[in-house]
Amino acid sequence: MGGTVSANHDRANLLEVRGLTKVFGTLTACDHVDLNIAKGEIHALLGENGAGKSTLVKMLFGSLEPNSGEIFWDGKLVKITSPGVAKKLGIGMVFQHFSLFEALTAAENIALSLNDGSPISTIAAKARALSFSYGLPLDPDSLVGDLSVGERQRIEIIRCLLQTPQLIILDEPTSVLTPQEADKLFETLERLRSEGKSILYISHRLEEVKRICDRATVLRHGKVVGHCNPREETAASLARMMVGSEVKAVVRAPAEGIETAPALLEIRGLNRKPATPFAIPLKNINLTVRAGEVIGIAGVAGNGQGEFFESVSGEVLQQDAGSVRIRGKDAGGLSITGRRLMGAAFVPEERLGHGAAPRMKLSENLLLSRHATDGKAFVGSGGTVKNGAVYSAAQRIIKAMDVRKSAPDPEAAALSGGNLQKFIVGRELDRRPSVMIVNQPTWGVDAGAAAHIRQALIELARSGSAVLVISQDLDELFELSDAIAVMHNGELSTPLPIAEATFEKVGLLMGGAEPGHAEHSLEVA
Amino acid sequence: MDITVNILLTIATAATPLLIAAIGELVVERSGVLNLGVEGMMIMGAVGGFGAGYLTGSPWIGLLAAIIVGALFSLLFAVMTLSLATNQVATGLSLTLLGLGLSGMIGTSFVGQPGVRLPNLDIPGISSIPIVGKLIFGQDPVFYISIALTAAVMWFLFRTRTGLTLRSIGDSHTSAHALGIKVIRYRYLAVIFGGASAGLAGGHLSLVYTPQWVENMSAGRGWIALALVVFASWRPWRVLAGAYIFGAVWIGQLHAQAFGIPVPSQFLSSLPYLATIVVLVLISRNKRLTMMNTPASLGQPFVPDR
Repeated sequence: MGGTVSANHDRANLLEVRGLTKVFGTLTACDHVDLNIAKGEIHALLGENGAGKSTLVKMLFGSLEPNSGEIFWDGKLVKITSPGVAKKLGIGMVFQHFSLFEALTAAENIALSLNDGSPISTIAAKARALSFSYGLPLDPDSLVGDLSVGERQRIEIIRCLLQTPQLIILDEPTSVLTPQEADKLFETLERLRSEGKSILYISHRLEEVKRICDRATVLRHGKVVGHCNPREETAASLARMMVGSEVKAVVRAPAEGIETAPALLEIRGLNRKPATPFAIPLKNINLTVRAGEVIGIAGVAGNGQGEFFESVSGEVLQQDAGSVRIRGKDAGGLSITGRRLMGAAFVPEERLGHGAAPRMKLSENLLLSRHATDGKAFVGSGGTVKNGAVYSAAQRIIKAMDVRKSAPDPEAAALSGGNLQKFIVGRELDRRPSVMIVNQPTWGVDAGAAAHIRQALIELARSGSAVLVISQDLDELFELSDAIAVMHNGELSTPLPIAEATFEKVGLLMGGAEPGHAEHSLEVA
Repeated sequence: MDITVNILLTIATAATPLLIAAIGELVVERSGVLNLGVEGMMIMGAVGGFGAGYLTGSPWIGLLAAIIVGALFSLLFAVMTLSLATNQVATGLSLTLLGLGLSGMIGTSFVGQPGVRLPNLDIPGISSIPIVGKLIFGQDPVFYISIALTAAVMWFLFRTRTGLTLRSIGDSHTSAHALGIKVIRYRYLAVIFGGASAGLAGGHLSLVYTPQWVENMSAGRGWIALALVVFASWRPWRVLAGAYIFGAVWIGQLHAQAFGIPVPSQFLSSLPYLATIVVLVLISRNKRLTMMNTPASLGQPFVPDR
């Protein structure tokens, strides 16, 4: 602590937080948090998932009420009792989970957060002008439901800027952007800083923080564990502050002889019509995953990854049975159970409600997904469940994946996100599946657990399985994939071997550049 | 010619209570609240309106009482579902059951009593013009209120900032809350508006349609109004169209039965329901438009975390 806090001593603090505490039941989400933000600085708030970042920010924006502590704005003690009060003070917020209305237009969405009575057309014109001046072009008349996640974020940012805030809070803003879009955002942030605005920047991407932030406050388990100047730190030292211990790096042994290995998962000309007006159609997707390799699918959220996963896992059946082939046999007409019986395993994106039934015990959740594939082990004659066998299998998985829990066999909802994810991935790995398909394997999972899951996936592939990973996290894909394909607007590019893939190339594909035309810079439409 | 005019007039009279109750419920559902108590609020409005009219001798006081009773009755639903976050479906159903029972109990002494009727509009010279005079200038006052109400709701929802805010709450109450919009307050006002409308519709039944009190006289109209809102995909002008199609086929089949057309009467009685559903389904074929107009948070209780 201290020492490294430099450069800003002379500047007045815009926001001062002293001893802010928020308790949920037995959990202290924020424990006497202190935070100072100076005028004209970009201040990073670092911490793992569950460290209390979102809780802190919600208290600053008035959507949560602190149990104790004080907030000073421009030196004056204030009580922020609602988002309306925060806005009046001059605090603007760009939410991580967007607070937009899908059935309304961009201009209507913006109008809703401005309290002046000017007509929508005036607001639309203002928004358009402002968006172009910041290089974040926006069509105010477009329907939010039709927009990509990156475009939605522009609306959020423009909406926030139109309120002319002094402090802008950005919660994980780049997790949904292509690297090029992120660059654009950083330019915007730097311009705002030069205009004297303060920015509270929440992220777990340490390279970004090092690049644009002037100071950082690190939270761990609800407590402030340090302040630093991120430019003087390394990504590793920042990670150590966040986690509290060294994070083991993922090791990926080179894959050998993959060209001749049998294709375990083949997708041939997969098409799918949109199920809802806002869904993405899948267009002629082709992909082969061979024994021993990990293929990553990158893409900005909402470009058809969810639809693709549903089609491949059998949540949605295909008309053409040959469009999905598992271990050389047509599987397009089979249900999830049918595909599991062919040796495939699936981990969906949504943990609670999709990957696990929240109010059921871990052992029951294990039985739910494996009653067919492990029928002999788990189900006795006459259809009675062998509770003992299921229980011991659940304990085996818990041990193998280092799942931390409060009871021997707790309900799924009682686990933290990261630990539940470890269990769900472990549940499938335990079967030694020959084809493993995972959607967002480490979304919202802390660094230690994420490394564990990634390592397990690589090892599964190297033992002769085909692994397909869909992720929005480019760092993750570069860490574990042998080749990366990019999904954009329902189309999948040919996989780039990892030796040829760079952030820039993949980023351009994520932004919609045609394969082979990647050298053209991304035109801002 | 006179027969045609009379039939058209009866169609308007049959459609008016449906339209008013449905427009009220449309506003409620646009705010994201599903109130299945329309039938109950309507019958309470009917008994309250009849009682006040009968006791004071003034049909206008009766109409006002119907509105107030409907609004107060809906307040019960609002407190339960909005402040106490109870299940909206169960609470709405209970409201209907309570309304039907309570109105029967209140109304025992009114059964068989002569009621008062709101007079039709009568502008000397103009209302006696053939056809047009009667149809446009000679109907009951509630008919004009219903048309004005539909136009006003359309304007409010799609032309005003407050209407936009209301629709946004129906789309996503969590997003609205994050923006600092007072979700619960808006929903209270919407539910009370819906209750007042249902009460007015009930008042029309007992002060215009059949100016007397009969137990269960709403006869399922509240349910039809609810269905109209959904089949009209939450759009006011479609609700108007639906209410009038229903009214037209309803009156038409009554006349057909009177003429003794050799079709089973059960089939004829079911025609209004069938025709309305078919027509409204046909006009809401556009899935995208329907999706845009469907309040996405409909029926979900909202509990802000503090």
